[in-house]
Amino acid sequence: MKSLQRSFKELLRYPSAVASLAIILVLLIVSAYTLIAIPYGEAIVLWRGGENIWYQSPKNAPPAWTNFFTSKKLVETMIFNTDDEDINKTYEVSEAGNQTVTFEFPIDYQFDTFPQELTLFTKGTFVEKAPFISIVLVTPDGREIRITDFAVQKTGTYRFSQDDRLARRVGNQFPHEAIFAQPGSDPLVPLKGEYVMKLSLVTFEADSDVDAELVVYGQVYGIAGTDHLRRDLKVALLWGIPVALAFGLLAALGTTITTMSISAIGTWYGGWVDELIQRITEVNLVLPLLPILIMVGTFYDRSIWTILGVTILFSIFGGGIKTYRAIFMQVKESPYIEAARAYGAGSGRIIFQYLVPRIIPMLIPQLVTLIPSYVFLEASLAVLGLGDPVLPTWGKVIQDAQSNGALYQGLYYWVLEPAVLLMLTGLAFAMLGFSLDRVFNPRLRGI
Amino acid sequence: MSAETQLAPPGAEAAPQKKSASSNALTRVAKYTAVRVFTLFITIVVGVYLTVLIANMGGFVDTIRKGEIRESVSARTMSDPVLRALPPDVRAARLEEMVRLEEERLGLNQPFMLRSFRYLANALTLNLGRAQNMTSDSGSRQVRLIILERLPATLVLFATADLILFFSSIFIALYLSRRYGSFLDKVIIALAPTSAAPGWFYGIFLIVIFAALLKVLPFGGMVGTPVPETTVGYILSLLEHMILPVTAILVSAIFISAYSWRTFFLIYSSEDYVEMAKAKGLTDRDIERRYVLRPTLPTIITSFTLLLIGLWTGAPIFETVFNWPGLGQALFKAVGLYDTPVIVGSTVIFAYLLAISVFLLDFIYALVDPRVKIGGSQGRPA
Repeated sequence: MKSLQRSFKELLRYPSAVASLAIILVLLIVSAYTLIAIPYGEAIVLWRGGENIWYQSPKNAPPAWTNFFTSKKLVETMIFNTDDEDINKTYEVSEAGNQTVTFEFPIDYQFDTFPQELTLFTKGTFVEKAPFISIVLVTPDGREIRITDFAVQKTGTYRFSQDDRLARRVGNQFPHEAIFAQPGSDPLVPLKGEYVMKLSLVTFEADSDVDAELVVYGQVYGIAGTDHLRRDLKVALLWGIPVALAFGLLAALGTTITTMSISAIGTWYGGWVDELIQRITEVNLVLPLLPILIMVGTFYDRSIWTILGVTILFSIFGGGIKTYRAIFMQVKESPYIEAARAYGAGSGRIIFQYLVPRIIPMLIPQLVTLIPSYVFLEASLAVLGLGDPVLPTWGKVIQDAQSNGALYQGLYYWVLEPAVLLMLTGLAFAMLGFSLDRVFNPRLRGI
Repeated sequence: MSAETQLAPPGAEAAPQKKSASSNALTRVAKYTAVRVFTLFITIVVGVYLTVLIANMGGFVDTIRKGEIRESVSARTMSDPVLRALPPDVRAARLEEMVRLEEERLGLNQPFMLRSFRYLANALTLNLGRAQNMTSDSGSRQVRLIILERLPATLVLFATADLILFFSSIFIALYLSRRYGSFLDKVIIALAPTSAAPGWFYGIFLIVIFAALLKVLPFGGMVGTPVPETTVGYILSLLEHMILPVTAILVSAIFISAYSWRTFFLIYSSEDYVEMAKAKGLTDRDIERRYVLRPTLPTIITSFTLLLIGLWTGAPIFETVFNWPGLGQALFKAVGLYDTPVIVGSTVIFAYLLAISVFLLDFIYALVDPRVKIGGSQGRPA
């Protein structure tokens, strides 16, 4: 215990080790937060839920913070809902028994570009006669643009960009752009200021009403942006952390422990056992791991646990066996092993109580250095389209981006965000492994 | 600094037995090679058999194939006017009979153990029949042609990258071991952990920078379109397309190999015989070549073998990212099309490539390490 403490203190002398420990700590905290804030079930719904979950976000929108780095402010997504507290409906009853309901959506438009799209989702409550809505947009310079009017059905979707009559009225331009533009500008220049969208409806029944939601689809969204299906990348990026850490840690632990045990057994018994292990290692060396994993993923099961199991299975007889064997060969001849034999210790006891603990110092750096390679392996499989079918992971985000030509379209954030997270995780463990190697293997310390 | 010039002077440790060593070096290497070829062949057979077993485990592949046979046979029955005219029960019986014959023709009625050995023989000779969905660029459906057609592309890319990687790593490692503790040395040590990320990963970054933002190099592919007509134009276009992939491989591996090889050099240069050589007044160049590089080479080759295996294994994703029309991409496409024969064939040929790389490096190992003897321990340090 004391020596462990000493090693830890020594580790802290390396700045790279401190930095990597800090990164790992942050990753652990964020993954704990993710698991609590977005539980598994909710994450799956958010990632696979379908259009109903994502309809409020824009398509292929970079994260909102990109606005800090450009002089041109891109439109941010704005959502107005009649359920919001600051949207007040005023009711007026006319003599004929009809009711007029009016409400306003104040749009504070301070951007240098136009929104991707404007959509009004409506929900009418009525028995027989549908209420009638008319929409007018008041611009900052006082113009009133008549948008449209229609009878509100039980559910309805009105897309501004697809209204041909509105397009003609604003001079054959894209309506969702032209209504926010300075009059007469060509190409269109946005007019900044306070817009008010006035909605007024006439209802013909006593309890008839309309709930409306206006979504101004921006060109940027949230802290992570969205993909081609309007999904918030934040979910996948956050969930990618625990998945990557779990896969990397479990695979590295599973492989090193089994490899070491098998190597210890082989060295201890020697003879045909050792010979067999050596031969299996050689066969395993020419087995291409990634193609075999691809085969397993295609033919059987893509679940992350299956892939994890197969990965461990094929890494057991990896290059590590030879390294451990060389060390065990030396340790086997040490006097304390002879003493153990003399007092009659069994083979099992000698292997697991005397041989194995001896190389744990060498094992720890090895283990930590292995973690990134498995993290990247999982990402590689996901990029090849063999990721876990339900879990959102970093690799799958990269794959979506690749298959939708993100780089050709200039949607760099889509690839770079998961890539940077992968890099950060990989680097943190690799740097820690290097520092540990120096602490635990004094032969390297001088060099 | 080619390997041949390194091989000419006898190794530092073998120096005393200079004359006898040179006379039987050839037989030693030949014998060693023969034994290695044999063991590697056995290894490949076992490896390919495992591949076949995995691909067929639980009879999944057989089920797929049987389903396909039934589908194609019934499609044929439906389009045949003579058969269509038959009464339904006769037609159904006829269909069953045709399916049975077809399954028998493809050997699907034999027990699995028997079939697995036939699959093994077929896989070893790449005699994998016809692809289910893929075609080669020349339009053939032969799995062997699809695979062999793509082999040169993979070989060109990876051989170039591996050679550059090996020699530049040795060069940098030697340079660093001479200037150990210098600024550059520290930079390389600091950069070594970046090799945790595989080549395709850096490939994405390189594509973003050089293809998407700067627009100076192509996004991917092997030659430009239209394909240049002259040989020179073709080679130039090929070279241009190779810059990014080769750089990606280099970036992903050069720092770790330069760092670890430099460490090997430093360990070997602290040996007593190096001090002795210094005391004798030999030039630095001589010391480096004869007393440091030579004994370190076997260790370096072992480390390079493991590195190479990692690079080969990553080919499917690497080639996919760079849209390189090689074997790896064929495997990726086959996965997408669920084309079993091509998947098995590509996996087998990757096993071959790994075995050949291991063999070549073993061969070089035998050339540079005079201790390698036949039988008993192979004298191969871990």
